[in-house]
Amino acid sequence: MNDVLISARNLGKTFSSASGLLGRKGRDVRAVDGVSFDVHRRETVALVGESGCGKSTLGRLLLRLIEASEGEVHYMGKDLLKLSREQMRAMRKDLQFVFQDPYGSLSPRRTIFEIISEPLEVFSVGKTRSQRRERVAQLLDQVGLSPSFMDRQPRQFSGGQRQRIGIARAIALDPTFIVADEPVSSLDVSVQAQIVNLMQDLQEDKGFSFLFIAHDLSVVRHIADRVAVMYLGRIVEIGPKAMVYDTPHHPYTQALLSAVPEPDPDAKKTQIILEGDVPSPANVPPGCSFHTRCPIVQAVCRRDRPPLLDTGKGQMVACHFAEAHPLTKGEHADLAKTRLQAVGSTGAL
Amino acid sequence: MTALDHGAQQVVAPEPGKFEIVGKIFAGRPATVVAAFVIFAFILIAILAPVIAPYDALAQSFLRINHGPSWQHWLGTDQFGRDVLSRMIYGSRNSMIFGLLAPTLAAIVGTTLGVIAGYFGGIADRVISRVVDMLLAFPELLLAILIAAALGGGFWNIVVVLTVAFVPGFARVARAQTLSVKQEPYVESAIAVGVRTPTIIFRHIVPNIAAPIVVLMTLWTASAIRLEASLSFLGIGTQAPNPSWGNIIRDGLNNLFGSPWPIIGAGLAITCVVLSFNLFGDAVRDVLDPETNQ
Repeated sequence: MNDVLISARNLGKTFSSASGLLGRKGRDVRAVDGVSFDVHRRETVALVGESGCGKSTLGRLLLRLIEASEGEVHYMGKDLLKLSREQMRAMRKDLQFVFQDPYGSLSPRRTIFEIISEPLEVFSVGKTRSQRRERVAQLLDQVGLSPSFMDRQPRQFSGGQRQRIGIARAIALDPTFIVADEPVSSLDVSVQAQIVNLMQDLQEDKGFSFLFIAHDLSVVRHIADRVAVMYLGRIVEIGPKAMVYDTPHHPYTQALLSAVPEPDPDAKKTQIILEGDVPSPANVPPGCSFHTRCPIVQAVCRRDRPPLLDTGKGQMVACHFAEAHPLTKGEHADLAKTRLQAVGSTGAL
Repeated sequence: MTALDHGAQQVVAPEPGKFEIVGKIFAGRPATVVAAFVIFAFILIAILAPVIAPYDALAQSFLRINHGPSWQHWLGTDQFGRDVLSRMIYGSRNSMIFGLLAPTLAAIVGTTLGVIAGYFGGIADRVISRVVDMLLAFPELLLAILIAAALGGGFWNIVVVLTVAFVPGFARVARAQTLSVKQEPYVESAIAVGVRTPTIIFRHIVPNIAAPIVVLMTLWTASAIRLEASLSFLGIGTQAPNPSWGNIIRDGLNNLFGSPWPIIGAGLAITCVVLSFNLFGDAVRDVLDPETNQ
């Protein structure tokens, strides 16, 4: 596939707790563990999972906002993780980030013009100040803000407006790849849709690729081309949106999807309620990391870690029993129910 | 680009004035207003010393040694026959210069060290933090006496002494602030758009740690004046015959029962200025750095 834009191979990050003066070692936190996936040109890949599953860390690893512990990130034939700081800084022209927190991510003492023109200034786009002002005005217009806001400060804007400013900064250099870390999760529901639509329109317009990190599955369904599901630092299922939503193979994906609220009150739906809490990433269970909560757990799950394997149609699943139980939309609820009963009767948990 | 206009709310808060902060410092605090007035008065006296002082502060005379207060010499004369009031007026220059210079220099050096330690971490942080901890273990006066004893008196030596005595405090505050500002998303977002490290430090870190540094500077102006007076009193600060409030008190001790006025005058001056700077510093802190106010 030559339309692959950026690809991660075996990417991992371990946060080691600070060792004391005498070399005492705390417990290491495995935030991201051996993640491999590709993002194609003009594609939106959504990364979903519970909070703490490492999705934000993964997004930052790709752009080296956090240094990875191991693995590779290929972009334009280069391994980003092997570039020097200065080389990586030059690459940032193409690789941008939209932050989750629209309040914290804009420097409180700077004007909107200064914030949006900072990337322009860094990469000498626009020779003179007036050229940059023109460009910033154009960018503000593109994100649906009045250019007359240019000399105001971030505190004068609402959350949605600030996120628009953050987006304007991200697209200022015409990047090829943008990581958006839960860009709408801190916004009002009414504003969320506006921002999501704005990002979609901009993507269509400019043709960048998107890694959209989210935990809201309805937002993901709206924006994504492909969906990757993360659990405890690993991708457990990845595939085209329709496949992941209609025929989820991994029991965790199934449970996640069953928790999405249904707008139709009469629709019959069984929720798969997972037992227990997510284990701490400082103490990831051996074998399949999901085995402590999986409704169909078997002995092999506790022993061997299932690899992420292709089911044949571009959908990849990391589950020992993925082949055994592909679910169609209709079967979803029933199967889940019978499986839960089966688990109860055999006492497999 | 109307197609992309998804109806942003045109909500805009009013712009607060630049002088609002100054207004806030004085609002509802009569003591602060008085303090600012006292500071202003002493600064004026220091600047206009040659105009105001009735006599040459260094002119000695055997004819009027140890005189009490009179219409010619309001605070009397010292053991060399010098006019005490004139010496006090010239002494205010000393206090003001050290009071303003030492905290400023210490802020520059200390902030630089603190930001380096906080931003880069690692070995730089360890070295700087340990040295700072070591220096902080000494009370400022003791540290100042130690260094002054080693270097001797004189203008620049006192500047060095006071600066070194204050640097650790600034370094510690700057380091702590840098550590927290470094975690702010806007710093990460600057890194994400490719801003160079020096630009990040000067544009995104320093302006956002400035408030507590400024507060520390105003509060330590009082300490600097007090320390300089203490050192001069001990004879390791401003050297005779140059006047300083500290050595006026020291000279006054020789004739305490003949005329207590040099001690009372210089003591009052020190008290007034130190108290005023402290009050003013407290007010500045309340406005700029409300969180550290217990």
